[in-house]
Amino acid sequence: MADLSIDFCGIKSPNPFWLASAPPTNSGPQVMRAFDAGWGGAVWKTLGDPITNVTSRFWAHDYGSTRMMGLNNIELITDRPLEVNLKEMYEVKKRYPKHTVIASLMVESRENWREIIKKAEDTGCDGLELNFGCPHGMCERGMGSAVGQEPKVLEEITRWVLEDAKTPVIVKLTPNTGDILEPGEAAAKAGAPALSLINTIKSLLGVDLDRFVPNPRVGGKSTNGGYCGPAVKPIALHMLAQLTRNPATKHLAISGIGGISNWRDAAEFIALGATSVQVCTAVMHYGYRIVEDMIEGLSDYLDSKGMKSVNELRGRAVPAYAEWGELDLNYNLKARINAETCIGCNLCHVACMDGAHQCILIPGRTHEEHVKAGHTHIPSSIPEVPVKAAGAIGRFVPVVDDAECVGCNLCHLVCPVPGTIAMTEVPGAIGKSETWNDRVAQGRDLNPGSLQSTLAKRGLAK
Amino acid sequence: MYQLPVLPDGRLEQRIKDYKPAYSPGEAVTEANRCLYCVDAPCVKACPTGIDIPNFIHKISTANVAGAARTILKENLLGTSCARVCPVEVLCVGACVYNAWGREPIAIGRLQRFATETAIASQGLAKLVTAKKAPTGKKVALVGAGPASVAAAGLLALEGHRAVIFEKKAVPGGLNTLGIAPYKQSANQALEEIRHVLALGDVELKAGVEVVAGAAGAGQASGESLLKDYDAVFLGLGLGPDSALGASGEQGAGVYGAVELIERIKVDPKLVLNGVKRAVVVGGGNTAIDIAHELKLLGVADVAMVYRRGEQDMSGYAHELTHARKHGVRLVEQRVVTAFTRGADGKLTGLTMARAENGKPVAGEPEALSCELVALAIGQATGTAVAKAFPGVQVEKGSVVVDPKTQRTGHPKVWSGGDCVNGGKEVVNAVQEAKLAVRDMLRALGGK
Repeated sequence: MADLSIDFCGIKSPNPFWLASAPPTNSGPQVMRAFDAGWGGAVWKTLGDPITNVTSRFWAHDYGSTRMMGLNNIELITDRPLEVNLKEMYEVKKRYPKHTVIASLMVESRENWREIIKKAEDTGCDGLELNFGCPHGMCERGMGSAVGQEPKVLEEITRWVLEDAKTPVIVKLTPNTGDILEPGEAAAKAGAPALSLINTIKSLLGVDLDRFVPNPRVGGKSTNGGYCGPAVKPIALHMLAQLTRNPATKHLAISGIGGISNWRDAAEFIALGATSVQVCTAVMHYGYRIVEDMIEGLSDYLDSKGMKSVNELRGRAVPAYAEWGELDLNYNLKARINAETCIGCNLCHVACMDGAHQCILIPGRTHEEHVKAGHTHIPSSIPEVPVKAAGAIGRFVPVVDDAECVGCNLCHLVCPVPGTIAMTEVPGAIGKSETWNDRVAQGRDLNPGSLQSTLAKRGLAK
Repeated sequence: MYQLPVLPDGRLEQRIKDYKPAYSPGEAVTEANRCLYCVDAPCVKACPTGIDIPNFIHKISTANVAGAARTILKENLLGTSCARVCPVEVLCVGACVYNAWGREPIAIGRLQRFATETAIASQGLAKLVTAKKAPTGKKVALVGAGPASVAAAGLLALEGHRAVIFEKKAVPGGLNTLGIAPYKQSANQALEEIRHVLALGDVELKAGVEVVAGAAGAGQASGESLLKDYDAVFLGLGLGPDSALGASGEQGAGVYGAVELIERIKVDPKLVLNGVKRAVVVGGGNTAIDIAHELKLLGVADVAMVYRRGEQDMSGYAHELTHARKHGVRLVEQRVVTAFTRGADGKLTGLTMARAENGKPVAGEPEALSCELVALAIGQATGTAVAKAFPGVQVEKGSVVVDPKTQRTGHPKVWSGGDCVNGGKEVVNAVQEAKLAVRDMLRALGGK
């Protein structure tokens, strides 16, 4: 069994699965139940000056029958008395010395930072996470993402903290910024050993179309909240990889956050360079129990890849994250539809017709019907292979016209039957590997038919 | 204006529960979200009226219920009835691609019922179909108030024509009102749909008026007068009375025609089943399964279907037989009823059967089966005698002959559709035939 324990800039943790600073880490009893379920660490709900919360606080983005694809919240930092939180943190750390407890902090003045760092570290916590990410409420008071969006301010406050802190400091970044490298590099410049990202994305979750008030609704008004959950995972992965391949930040330990719901999500974050991962929405949806599958799944996956520890996985996919100009223009795929499992729904056809390259034909139609459907290239032979599945009499497996297929994946993505449409590698048209950057280097970076190439042909281009 | 009959309480039908209850909005959206939204979908091809099923289901999934109803009603004006009574298992649902994938097919009938019932209840049928056109001054007579005529009358009314339906019975709707198993649709549900169709435009229902081939007496109208007074005629004659076996002891109390008995269960509060512990249904079609199932649900302890061939030869749907069996109906195969036995008081006491091969009785000891009630479901006579009143209308083997593309008969002013043409199919077939007939009539009447 692979070793799941990690060393996160000096913080030892039994596994990389931590709870993010959020409602699931609101209190000591919750965090202890989470540790009992198997979570390796918890970042406590952010401590700071007392606040008042509103009702209601959450709203979700559903898709079809999938509930809570995305979650939005307008809750602020902890609304419990600081002394209660500190006492519970102390008790948790005492009872679970091997588990990771991180104090998430958000205050305003230098004095306040100094005071709260001292109090937090007195609980025996393993590290501090600076909440520079919260994009609602607190930022209006000059904290949270108001700091994360100003690299200079972020750097200065991080320096203050590093002067006072005895435990490792993690700077939590907001994604509500044009370029994540700016706050990331500012944190590195200040000397922080670690980052965590992403915090939530500024959002309005929807509109109540009867009341004309956005959701979640507080009486007759709403406000922008922080968006998280499975829907934000791709954004988080991108920002993580930006930082882990960047020379000025790649030495930092990173705790990956954003839509992680299962071991596969976690493995993807780790493969892009995260050392630990933090989970919130999936626990708010299904409870602490999901960690059992995360531990088991990640462990089995590492075993199947012959990796002895989770550290061997870390960063494995970073080198393959390239610029567009480094992609091979000769690489070529064609869609292949499995006639054994096709059920004849024709979703590949309609997606290709209206959303791609009009290369999937429905056999049995006349030439005129193909033309009317919108095909501009009609192959001479369109084989009529019946859909095998019982009851599908008179239905034919759609046919991919290789001459028009650009290998875009769309049909593969819309097909409801897993494994039915495969994207198969075929020889490329160029005959050898070639990237756009190669062409630029060789001065061949003109596309036939472009304005530039037309001008060049006429001797008008410089 | 004509008032639809109000059915009295105390009818046996009222004791039978809906076996596919209406979906709640949440249930409907959840089911709609399962639909793959196929292209060139097989469910559409399997629907005799060609409803764009994936489209209406998609609309349900976005809470566009009125839009879903419009999509349904555009192709099938009686989409509410069809949602409840269609044998979806052998039509749209049977064709769903999920069957091919070994997954539960989409409950298309229940979704259609949700959309039509919900939308019509909230805004009425008229607002969900194309706007009624200005009056044309043309009028069409429709003979029989079954689903074919009702659908045709509604479609003609929307085109601005006057439609007059002649129905010999007091309760309109034909088998859709009087013959549907109560666990699928009640008579009142069918009448409610007719109420909405009558409100679509200039539709008049003359109930209790029989159209006859010869001279008209009281409560009658002659076919000749229809041809004279109307610009077009639609024959929606339906089928005739239940067929009889012709066995000894058949005449008398206790032996019913199945269609007649179902009608009484649905609309006659005087029908009681007191003292009926054992019932026998003769036949192997859907009417036989329906009445057997209904008798069982009404509390008859032993209900046996006696069929002259084997289960695999039955014309009744397998899924209907399965349902009936689940409630306790039993099937006696390869038996022919030879005689009915009655006590000294004339009361039915049972019947005798002979073993049968290939549907024909073979020699051997007769078997006795005790029962207090028999329903004969061995087919219906044809009801097309009145067609004689319309010169040029051909009748072959009891069915009116039409051009299947236009439903036009041999008389240039006469169209026909429904059971009297197709020999006895579903409500959805009647609606489609009415649709084709109206399409052709509009050309003939000089509409668009």
